[in-house]
Amino acid sequence: MTRVTRFAARDSGPSARVSGFLGHLREHGFRLGVSECGTALEALTHVAAQDPWEARLALRAVCTGCAEDADRFDALFDAYWMNAGRVREKAVPDGTTQPARHTHNSREDHGTRTGAAGKAHSPEGGDGEGETASEGTGKLVASKLKNLMKKDMREIVSPDDVRAAEAVARRLGQAIRDRRSRRRKAARSGPRIDLRRTIRKSLATGGEPLALARRHRPDRPVKIAALCDVSGSMMLYARPFLAFLSGLMRADPASDAYLFHTRLVRITEALRDEDPMRALNRITLLADGFGGGSKIGENLDRFARTYARRFVDGRTVVVILSDGYDSAGPDLLDDALKRLKKRGCRIVWLNPLKGWKGYEPVARGMAAALPHLDLFAAASTLDDLAALEPELVRL
Amino acid sequence: MTDWTTLQGDLADQGYIASDDLAMALHIAMSLGRPLLLEGDAGVGKTEVARVLAAAKEQELIRLQCYEGLDAAHAIYEWNYQRQLLAIRAAAEDGETGASVERRIFSQEFLLERPLLQAIRRAHPPVLLIDEIDRADEEFEAYLLEVLSDFQVTVPELGTLKAVSRPTVILTANGTRDLSDALRRRCVYAYVDYPDRRTELAILAKRCPEVDATLAGQIVGFVQALRKEELEKTPGIAEMLDFAAALTGLGVNDLTRDPVIFQASLATLLKTQADRAAVPVEVAERLAGKAA
Repeated sequence: MTRVTRFAARDSGPSARVSGFLGHLREHGFRLGVSECGTALEALTHVAAQDPWEARLALRAVCTGCAEDADRFDALFDAYWMNAGRVREKAVPDGTTQPARHTHNSREDHGTRTGAAGKAHSPEGGDGEGETASEGTGKLVASKLKNLMKKDMREIVSPDDVRAAEAVARRLGQAIRDRRSRRRKAARSGPRIDLRRTIRKSLATGGEPLALARRHRPDRPVKIAALCDVSGSMMLYARPFLAFLSGLMRADPASDAYLFHTRLVRITEALRDEDPMRALNRITLLADGFGGGSKIGENLDRFARTYARRFVDGRTVVVILSDGYDSAGPDLLDDALKRLKKRGCRIVWLNPLKGWKGYEPVARGMAAALPHLDLFAAASTLDDLAALEPELVRL
Repeated sequence: MTDWTTLQGDLADQGYIASDDLAMALHIAMSLGRPLLLEGDAGVGKTEVARVLAAAKEQELIRLQCYEGLDAAHAIYEWNYQRQLLAIRAAAEDGETGASVERRIFSQEFLLERPLLQAIRRAHPPVLLIDEIDRADEEFEAYLLEVLSDFQVTVPELGTLKAVSRPTVILTANGTRDLSDALRRRCVYAYVDYPDRRTELAILAKRCPEVDATLAGQIVGFVQALRKEELEKTPGIAEMLDFAAALTGLGVNDLTRDPVIFQASLATLLKTQADRAAVPVEVAERLAGKAA
């Protein structure tokens, strides 16, 4: 019992503490809204809340929502409620403590940000890493790399490219349809009779079902989420791929686009800019560190944990445009794809190197990824992408 | 004694040993009137919870097994078309007017209630088990959210049918796909894990009282060791009980004594070719030897 956190006397009571606890969980990535606080309090009224074990069980049932949360819950509970008798000054920050809290937060944020940026931003550091990381991609790339680092996206992709890519993207989007739907919809013709509508119609003919209404299983469009690798080793192919991404964004309002090198950036909104050139300019700003090293596994893992939860479902095709040269080990990539696959999506990997004569997916990352892919194909130009249409139809 | 321990006791009387986590989640879900979402591997007794709860509370169990393409006609309601057709024909012969025929054939009498509607229309609140929700598609999840939050169903021809009583709702999932956040947020959650040694022994003693203590210890020890191996299909509690039943049926009272029978009875635990290959004779005997 002595281990239980003591709260300062001026603290505003148990409900404030519970809401403070929910805030604590929220800070650690639990998705809890305002209403959960009420639910948590209500739940506590149904148990002997003064008993730490009961309170723990009750709060766990209400606050967790998936297996991962449940795993982490105990540690977070201990940190907040079983703080070895230490005094917690304030359960909930009020107006007056807000500024102090704010600086505290921004200091923390800043700390991590510089940590991450150290790798991505500094030209020398980033460059060096890029080269060593993607070793074996050839000196040609390395020499181009420096130029492109300074270059603007607008120099890489021309408006004509975008227009051409838009047509390709539209065709590909049409080609990939979801045929697994088991749900039926009313239709003029179809294999099944829609009894509900037939009966209604038959009322007009005195119960004689003369006109049969039918239902069929419609194909549905799929969403495309495209992730494009823009690390050093991929710079040669940046032009068709970026054009493809911006074409895709313009052709299909449901699709989603990301760039990754050492970091992952969502560029969907930027690419939807009315003016295609201004759109490219906007991603230039977003994507600094362009042409550096690649961390495929780490980025895909991040994607699977964050954006994928919102944007990827069973009707999504995730298209990865990358050469599979990962600076980290293949395990992370394996896990990330497994996690992604669990969302029910299909995964297509387009690798520019696959088109090379005698290419074998020897890059460790690529080898780890292969078992999870629904389609592994070559693509290094816009024409290649267009030629994929029949394969995507079969997907 | 608090409510949740009473509940735990009630479940135990029905032969179900619930962990503290599970009993508390169940208690909270019932007190708050929220659905309970149970996640965990196949064979840890998720579905069993609902059956046992219904038995303990003497409530009816209504079960909805989910599958891909499950739609409103199978989950909520459907019109009884055959009867409607007959009624229309009969009405035509009697010279009944169109409007009154329509009123009659789209009345409750001609409505087939499917599990979700059944569950909210019972006078005595039942336990509603929605099994393997992750197999249904997202559209169905959305339907379900609507029914579970308002406890009412709207039939266009008939109007809104309100809940007569609120069922205790239990959803199970085993991770075929991730569920939507909206559904998770509406539910009280419990992760059901494989039981620890003590719990599993208690389950075995409850369900197969004829197994003697030494053999029970060996069986549980062996199954627990087996779960640590890399298997395609980890044996669950049901498999463990089958294994125990098989051994007692064959008159075995020591795992290590008769290797032939022991190997044969492994068929109740290892259910794929790959798993049989992954646990060759020597490994199985080593594990059994350790457990003994």
